[in-house]
Amino acid sequence: MTSTFLADKRSGPGTDLPPPESVRARGRGRRRVLHWLTAVGFQLPALVLFIGMVLLPMLFALYAAFFRWGGFGMPSDYIGTDNFTQLFDNPVFLGDLWRCLVLVVLSLAFQLPFALAMAVLLNQKLRGRAVYRMLFFAPYVLSEAITGVLFSMVFAPDSGLADHIFGAVGLDGVGGLWFADPSYVMATLFLVMMWKYFGFHMMLYLAGLQSIPRELTEAALIDGASAWQRFRNVTLPLLAPTLRISIFLSVIGSIQLFDLVWVVTQGGPDHHSETMAVTMFQYGFKRYQVGYASAISVVMFGICLVFALAYQRFVLRRDLEGATTTMRGDGK
Amino acid sequence: MVVPLVYAVLSGFKSTDELSSNPFGLPKHWLTSNYTDILAGGDFWRLLGSSTLIAVGTTVLVVAASALAAFSFARFAFRGREALFTLFTMGLMFPFAVAVLPLFLLLRSLGLLDNPLGVILPQAGFGLPMTIIILRAFFREIPGELEEAATLDGCSPFGFFWRVLLPMARPALGTVSVLAVVTSWNNFMLPLLVFTDNTWWTLPIGVQQFQGQYSAEYARVFAYLVLAMVPALAFYSVAERQLVGGLTAGATKG
Repeated sequence: MTSTFLADKRSGPGTDLPPPESVRARGRGRRRVLHWLTAVGFQLPALVLFIGMVLLPMLFALYAAFFRWGGFGMPSDYIGTDNFTQLFDNPVFLGDLWRCLVLVVLSLAFQLPFALAMAVLLNQKLRGRAVYRMLFFAPYVLSEAITGVLFSMVFAPDSGLADHIFGAVGLDGVGGLWFADPSYVMATLFLVMMWKYFGFHMMLYLAGLQSIPRELTEAALIDGASAWQRFRNVTLPLLAPTLRISIFLSVIGSIQLFDLVWVVTQGGPDHHSETMAVTMFQYGFKRYQVGYASAISVVMFGICLVFALAYQRFVLRRDLEGATTTMRGDGK
Repeated sequence: MVVPLVYAVLSGFKSTDELSSNPFGLPKHWLTSNYTDILAGGDFWRLLGSSTLIAVGTTVLVVAASALAAFSFARFAFRGREALFTLFTMGLMFPFAVAVLPLFLLLRSLGLLDNPLGVILPQAGFGLPMTIIILRAFFREIPGELEEAATLDGCSPFGFFWRVLLPMARPALGTVSVLAVVTSWNNFMLPLLVFTDNTWWTLPIGVQQFQGQYSAEYARVFAYLVLAMVPALAFYSVAERQLVGGLTAGATKG
């Protein structure tokens, strides 16, 4: 539905055609220009903000990645792709890539199925289900920083809640150092991520489940389908668009993880929980190797972009509208 | 699920000594001084104030700019419309962490460090894509006859936008506003970088610093945490419908 304001009536949506030649071409031309100016005028505030705060910084990161640069003045020491080659020799960064993959796999293998199971459960007529929904979703509104501080207390060595619980059930040897132990730290972080974000995915699924007409599952029930068959052959296919979006958000979120790690471990012990964003932060803001840090940004962006494009091309296609109306990058 | 939250609330009422001897149970003596000390000091309120100011500023800016843009996307046919819209939707794929470094340099050269605008402007910029998409979808559903009627009555495009469209779009505006508030409230990385001294610190920064400062006094940190959670949870309980509605708006359309 397009506007009638000042619109050349003959050109419908997508007026990329040139104005038709006619005797009154000049008058219409002026009107078209006026129309265009009005339309774009409405865009102006958003465009200025978007270009200034989003596009230009991104492009500049792309440019700065090819320089050895400390972040003062303009970059001048052009070194080609050296930053990138060094990056892929850097064990910390290679570790970041590995940890990113681990987080993605863990999220897809545990968090999302768990969220789906809870959503199916809460979609039943259950006493107090509104309360459960509220409770499960509540962590999502707490900031990652606050969640991080909370769990660094819960998992504090010796005095924290987690150790007391394990001690109480006779598992003194389990855990202990949690965030300080290189072999536990990622698992513990993942638990916190799961606590915070599974409710978000559960809510998405619940909304999806509620849009599935009840008649369909009832029909399957009459045909003698078991609960599992009804879930597998009716619910799951109909929930597919929601699932695809939640997977997308989960992956993009895992790639960018920063706040939680920064608050809890700052990447430690000895880089064992570092993510790409944390490494970028360390180089850019602590060591003033801004060119090098920009290269990390660019790689991060590249990974997101390749994933997003491939996903859209092969999986999402029809769901673009859906994917884009959901909160950006916040579903881990 | 709620265990960590309840644990935090209860622990805030204990003394740090009691916390180690009696980690689970109810406090033997309900000690309120952890909470009241924090509330009595000015620091907490200052953080709350600046978090609020920044959230409101971001929300007003992003909703206003997005509403104008979405109006033009939804109701006008013009050259380059699809290209522009694609540009905005691509913004959803831009991870904030990628832009943060040059953004910091830009803000530094504009003199916006230690200035709330230094957080508000980038947050609004990054909030645009999603807000525009939601509002555009909503504006499109408003029947064209209304617009024709308004035009016949001598309404200018902006007049229609201001007097007819915006009042009608109140639910959608509410949804995107709630999303913008929550996102701004929870932002950590940008305020961490932009505010080098504590004048404008927001709550997430304050909590992190407080933990660093009082790392030995567990009970106080718990009390601080709980107080910092209260505004977000209160806001959530009031705006739950809008928030969940906004998050799931597109996810179900498929």
